[in-house]
Amino acid sequence: MELICPAGTPAAFREAVDAGADAVYCGFNDETNARNFPGLNFSREELRNSIAYARQKGVQTLVALNTFMRAGSEALWYQRAADAVALGVDALIVADFGLMAHVAETYPEQRLHASVQASASNVEAIRFLVTAFGVKRVVLPRTLTIPDIARIARKIDCEIEVFVFGGLCVMAEGRCSLSSYATGKSPNMNGVCSPATHVRYRQDGGELVSELGDYTINRFPPGEAAGYPTLCKGRFEVGDSHGYAFEDPVSLDIMDHIDALREAGVSALKVEGRQRGKAYVAEVVSTLRRSLTAQGAERQALLSKLRHLSEGQKTTSGAYEKRWR
Amino acid sequence: MPQTTATLTLGPVLYLWDGPKWRDFYFRIADEADVSRVVIGETVCSKRLHFTEPHIAEVVERLTAAGKEVVFSTLAMVTLERETQHVRNLIANAADLVEASDLSALGLLNGKPHVIGPLINVYNAATARLLAARGARTICLPPELPMDSISAIAAGAPDVDYEIFAFGRMPLAISARCAHARSKGHIKDNCQFVCADEPDGLPVRTLDRQSFLVLNGVQTVSHTCQMVAAEMRALREAGISRFRLSPQDCDMVGIAAVFNDLLQDRVGVEEAIARVETIYPGAPLSNGFLHAREGAAWVSRARNVAAQSAL
Repeated sequence: MELICPAGTPAAFREAVDAGADAVYCGFNDETNARNFPGLNFSREELRNSIAYARQKGVQTLVALNTFMRAGSEALWYQRAADAVALGVDALIVADFGLMAHVAETYPEQRLHASVQASASNVEAIRFLVTAFGVKRVVLPRTLTIPDIARIARKIDCEIEVFVFGGLCVMAEGRCSLSSYATGKSPNMNGVCSPATHVRYRQDGGELVSELGDYTINRFPPGEAAGYPTLCKGRFEVGDSHGYAFEDPVSLDIMDHIDALREAGVSALKVEGRQRGKAYVAEVVSTLRRSLTAQGAERQALLSKLRHLSEGQKTTSGAYEKRWR
Repeated sequence: MPQTTATLTLGPVLYLWDGPKWRDFYFRIADEADVSRVVIGETVCSKRLHFTEPHIAEVVERLTAAGKEVVFSTLAMVTLERETQHVRNLIANAADLVEASDLSALGLLNGKPHVIGPLINVYNAATARLLAARGARTICLPPELPMDSISAIAAGAPDVDYEIFAFGRMPLAISARCAHARSKGHIKDNCQFVCADEPDGLPVRTLDRQSFLVLNGVQTVSHTCQMVAAEMRALREAGISRFRLSPQDCDMVGIAAVFNDLLQDRVGVEEAIARVETIYPGAPLSNGFLHAREGAAWVSRARNVAAQSAL
């Protein structure tokens, strides 16, 4: 199985390559990618140099154009597709059908991957993407169990990539407008979720209150570490009870299940975290690389180290395990 | 610019209503509501299918006899084999139009006339053209889209009817996990259909007791109720010919009457809003997405008031 690693900066990109990534994925520094954060992502020149560095080490470069084209501004996305193709990227990761059709027609030789944002969660959905656009690999949404993945893999003519480590969407990716409901900015349209521009912290009595737009997302009593107010990981009131209504502030870690994923027919393991610093990327990638081949006690030690790298040190297997539902 | 004829569509009931309530709702729609198209069928959760299945035939017959065009919605999230099979059977056996709510339906409907539901990501004309070429006749655009995008899509891919989500709590997210069941101490696989206890959804408030979201099984919808009124004229000029009313647990015949009055210019915007607030008082109105604002916002012509003020 390939290890697909994130890079938000040229420095993180080099770290990922040096740490043992089989492929590094990244995006241009604009709204064409779903990690459109200030100070992050690549200019054309930075991408050119990064691709050259990766190629020299036998590592592939995947470029995410995984937001949905804003009507009337499609030219920006088409230009970025042209840039990426001209720079010789190994694959484009795309969510928007219109952009997929454009790439398939204009650059029939260009390898195309379906982004997790495309939301292909079953055999017929994947067949649609393969037949209509010649998609060679699909990144599965974090809505499936490992047996679901195995059943799907047997029936499709396309590679499967799954997220194994890092941030966890609770909602089906590419189908969530919670962020724009509260802030006007969404992953699909703007490449951001719960954007920092709309985050405020305020002190109320002894409690620290985190807000997104006009809404309180969490309240932290004295002594409790305050997390970032990602909308779906806030504490809310439902009925008579208070708590994490959708999901705790956890991150995904299913490295315990890599053998099961291999047996299920998964081709590539994806690490979330293009917004992470280069030190994090280097440490996570090198640890994951070693845990792919390590056995027994050595693997357990590596997996334990990974858990400490996770945000808040609390992790979940998410939908990959049925009881999460 | 001359306006095209515009009509109303009743969207599918997104909530879990028991079989008789569901049947009687559609009987009354058939007999009393002036809507041209009615979309029926479970959209949110496959575990609910058996509640309405015994009543589908009589509901379709009553609606058809009343001159309504019936459209069947597919499931929004398809992961299990039996869910895929349900979508396959629905499409294979449908004598009526089918509305696609996920990518599996898009694939299976290729070459047949069909409808694209609001849960399919159509953000630009390139996507609309692609779907039209595959057989889409109507596209109900996602609630998240601003007016500028709606106009650009309708102008750039004119060979299809466009529909806008005009009334109801807006679908915002769907998950493999059932927050509704979890809030009552269950998990999805052993949910005991507790979402049926809230036929208009289960409110999620912030810890500062602001009304915020509403749970509907595995789906999360807005606390606010979408209300297209002042924007209707501009939308019709942009080429929108259908307006979708999404059923809430209120007098939907009355809601349809308000929107028909708006379409026929028989009522002013302010009066229409007041009537809707009387019929469905449970939720503040919103139209922020259309104005490229936060979706919960209410933008009136006279004043800009964030939804906060209605909390």
